[in-house]
Amino acid sequence: VKRGLPLAPLGILAAAALLATLPWLRLPAFYESLLYLVLHWIVLATSWNLLSGYAGYFSFGHGAYFGAGVYTTATLAGKFDWPFLATLPVAAGIAALLGLALGAVVFRVRRVRGELFALLTLAVTFVLATIILNTPIDGGPGVYLNAVPVPGLGPTQSGTFYLLALAAATLTLLVAWGVYASKLGLALFALHDDEDAAEVMGVPTYGCKLAAFALSCALAGLAGGIHALFISYVTTGEVFSITVPLTVVLMSVLGGTRHWAGPAIGATLITGLLYAFTAGDAAVLGKAAVGAVLIAAILFMPNGILARAGRYGTGRAKALAPSGPAAERASALAHADATPASTPPVRASEVLLRARGLAKSFRGLAALGGVNVDVRRGEILGLIGPNGSGKSTFINVVSGHYVPTAGSVEFEGRAVAGLPAHRIARAGIARTYQIPRPFAHLSVLDNVAVAAMFGSANLRTRAEGTREAMKWLAFTGLETKAGARPEDLNLHQRKFLELARALASRPRLVLLDEVLCGLTPSEMNDAVALIRRIRDQGATVVFVEHVMHAVMALTDRIVVFDQGQLLAEGEAQSVMRQPAVMTAYLGRAHA
Amino acid sequence: MNLPSLTLLSQSVLSGIFIGSLYGLLGLGLGLSWGLLRLINLAHFAFAFLAAYVCYQLSSVGGMDPLVTLAIVVPAFFALGAALQALMARFALTPLNSLLLTFGLTGIVEALIQWIWTADFRRLESHYAQQKFRIGELFVPVPELVTLVLAVALSLCVWAVLRFTDVGKALRAAAEDAPVAAAFGVNPRRNGILLAGTSSALAAVAGVCLALTFTLAPSQIYAWVGVVFAAVMLGGLGSALGPLVAGIVIGVSEAVTMAVTAPSWAPIVSFTLLILILLLRPGKA
Repeated sequence: VKRGLPLAPLGILAAAALLATLPWLRLPAFYESLLYLVLHWIVLATSWNLLSGYAGYFSFGHGAYFGAGVYTTATLAGKFDWPFLATLPVAAGIAALLGLALGAVVFRVRRVRGELFALLTLAVTFVLATIILNTPIDGGPGVYLNAVPVPGLGPTQSGTFYLLALAAATLTLLVAWGVYASKLGLALFALHDDEDAAEVMGVPTYGCKLAAFALSCALAGLAGGIHALFISYVTTGEVFSITVPLTVVLMSVLGGTRHWAGPAIGATLITGLLYAFTAGDAAVLGKAAVGAVLIAAILFMPNGILARAGRYGTGRAKALAPSGPAAERASALAHADATPASTPPVRASEVLLRARGLAKSFRGLAALGGVNVDVRRGEILGLIGPNGSGKSTFINVVSGHYVPTAGSVEFEGRAVAGLPAHRIARAGIARTYQIPRPFAHLSVLDNVAVAAMFGSANLRTRAEGTREAMKWLAFTGLETKAGARPEDLNLHQRKFLELARALASRPRLVLLDEVLCGLTPSEMNDAVALIRRIRDQGATVVFVEHVMHAVMALTDRIVVFDQGQLLAEGEAQSVMRQPAVMTAYLGRAHA
Repeated sequence: MNLPSLTLLSQSVLSGIFIGSLYGLLGLGLGLSWGLLRLINLAHFAFAFLAAYVCYQLSSVGGMDPLVTLAIVVPAFFALGAALQALMARFALTPLNSLLLTFGLTGIVEALIQWIWTADFRRLESHYAQQKFRIGELFVPVPELVTLVLAVALSLCVWAVLRFTDVGKALRAAAEDAPVAAAFGVNPRRNGILLAGTSSALAAVAGVCLALTFTLAPSQIYAWVGVVFAAVMLGGLGSALGPLVAGIVIGVSEAVTMAVTAPSWAPIVSFTLLILILLLRPGKA
C-alpha cells in the first residue's frame, strides 16, 4: 500500500520551495491573502486528520486548540510585547498541552468514541471560550493587535503572512506524511478499526492516541498563532465559533480521511469554492453550495475524493488475489518448509506460565474461581470444559483483556497479571479471537504487520514489518491474499489470519481460542497441521477447543475447567476417563 | 459576587424553567431521532428556525395569530421531515455521517433563510408579547408560559405513544435490535418515516415558540446546538421526558449562574454538565 512514498516528502518540499518565490512576483496582495487562507485551512484540516482521520476519533474541538493558539499569541504579543515570531512556538505548545490534558482524561474512558467524543470536544471548546471571555485574557471587548509589528519576511505584509502559512503548511504536511508512513501511523489506523485487538497485538493505544492528539493540537495552535496577527483583532465569538471544527471536518471528509493528502485537497477545493462565491453578492449561495457539496460527499463518496479516485486502497491488489481454496492449500503446503528454522520441541518440564489462584468475577458472578495452571515450555496444552466453564475468561485474563479479581500470573518468571494488554503482548504472549477480529480497513498484509511491529518482535520500520508479515502469511498459506481486505476472506482464511497475526509477534506463548470452531472437516485438518507446525517452530500453545478428536490428537496434556474451577489435569486419554470429567461433559448417567 | 435578593432569585428560577422548557422542546425531537433512528439531526435546529420564520411571516405580514400558524407549519414540517427520511433511508448512514450530512443541510437552510429574510434580526410583534401577569412578587410572561405548557404536553404525549401503542413499542424494539425487530414484522422504513416526520413537526412547534419569545437571525441557529445537545444527552437518548427534565435543570442552573455572576458565564454550566455526563456515564448516551 505504501509503494514509492519516500517521494512524497521530496514533492512537498519542492512544491514549497517553488511556492515560496511567489511574493517576489508582485501579485496583487489580494491573491496572497487568498493563498494564505488556502494554506491556513490546509494546516487546520491536515492537523485535524492526524487524530480524527487516522485514529477515527472525530473531534469537533479543533476550534479550541486553534483558539488556544490565537489567544496565546494575542496575549503574548498584544499585552506583553513579545516579538510575534517568538509567540508561535508557545502558541503551539499551549495548544499541545491542552490536548494532552484533555486526552489524558478522555482516553481513559473507553466508550467515549465517535459522536460522543465529537460532542465532548465541542463542549470543551465552549467552556474554554467562556473562560477566556470572562477573564482578563479577553475580558469581553476582544484583543487588538494593530500595534504588533509584522516581521519582514517577505517583500510585503501580505507576502509575509503567505510565507508564514506556507511554512506551517509544509511542516504540517511533512508531519502528516511522516506519521502516515511510520509505525505510529499503522498503530493509529489499527486502533481506528478495533482498539482491543490493537492492544492485544501490542499497540500501546493510549500513548499512540495521546501522541497523535498532541501533534494535532500543536499544529492547530501554530495556525492559530499566525492567524491572530493576520486578522489583527480577535474575539471569542469569531475564534471559537462552530465554523472552524465543522469546516475542517467537511474538508477532510471531502478529501479523504484515510490519506495524509486528503484534507489538503479538500481544504483547497472548499476554500476555492467559498472564494468563488464571495466575489459579488453570492456569499449566501456559497454557504448553500458548501452544504450541498457536503451532502453529496457523504452520500456518494463517504470515503473521500482520494478513495473514490482509487489512488490507494485495495483495488489493484484485489484483482490479483482471487484463487480457489485448493490453490491456497497447495501453496500452504509448498511453503511448509520455508518456515523459520524449526527448533525441536523442548523437553516439557520448565514452567513458562504459572497462574496461581487466578480469579475473575463480574459483579459478584465468579467466571473464574481461583485456578492454578502451569503451562510448560514447548508443550501444547489443551484447555477444555463445558460452555461457561471459564476457558475464555482464562484467556482474557492472561492476555490482559480483563484485570483479574485475584491471583497471580507469572510468565518467564515475571508477574504479568493486571498489566495492560500491550505490555503482555510485548512480553511474548499472543492470542487469537474465537470470532476473528481483523482490522477491517487494513489490508491482510498490514493486519499482520501490526502484530509484527508491535508484538514481542518489536520491529522499527514499516519495511521490516511488511517483510516479517509476508513470512507469516506464507506460513499460513495466505500470501496470495496479502493485498486483500479482511472482508474478502472466508471464515477459514480469517481464522488463519488470526493465527498469522498471533505468530508474527514472535510470541513464546500462543493462546488459541477455539480456532477450529465453524470449520469444515478438511479445513480442520489444515488447522491441526498448522498448529503442530506452530509448536515445531518453537512456540508453546494453549489450545481451547470443543472438538475432542483434535484435542486428543494435538495435545500433550489437558486441563479441564468446570464452573470456573480446575476439575482435572494430565495426559489427555487418562483425564477423559475420569468420572468427574465425564459427568461434567456428558451429564450424570442415572438408572 | 453578591447574593441577589430572594425575589430576584425566584424570578431567575422561573425564567430558567421557561427557557429550560424550550431546551426540552427542541431536544425532544432531536433525542427521538438520535435514540430511535441513530440519526443525529443537526438540521433539527435549522428546521426550528425555518418554522419560526414562517410563523413570523404568516403573522407579521399575513396577520395570522402566531398560535394559529401551528395548524400550517406542523403538517408542513411533518411532510418535510418524512420526505427527507424517505430519501436518507436509501443510504446506510452512520450516526457520524448523519451529523455531517445534516450539517450540510443546515447550511442550505441557513442560506435560504438569509436569502429570504436577510441576516438582520427579526422580531415577531404579537399581542402575546406584551401579556404577562403576576403571581405574588413574580412576573409570568404569557409566551414563555405557552412554551412551557406545549413542552410538557407534547413530552407527555410522546411518552404515552412510545410506551402504550404498537407503533411506539415497534420503534423501541427496532432501536434495540433492528434486524430482530424486522424479523418479527416491524416495518423499519415506515416507522422511520413516521418518526422523522414527528420529530420534524416537533421542531416546528419549538420554532413557533422561538418566534414568540426570541429575536430571530439566521446565525442564531448554531447558538442553540450545544445547550440542547447537553439536555438530550443528560436526559437520555430516545427518552420522551428526559430532555424536558434535563432542559429545565440546565435552564435553572444557567439562570441562577447568571443572577449570581454575570450573564456571559452562563454557557459554562451546560457544557461542563455535558462533559461530566460524557465522562462519567458514557454508556447512557
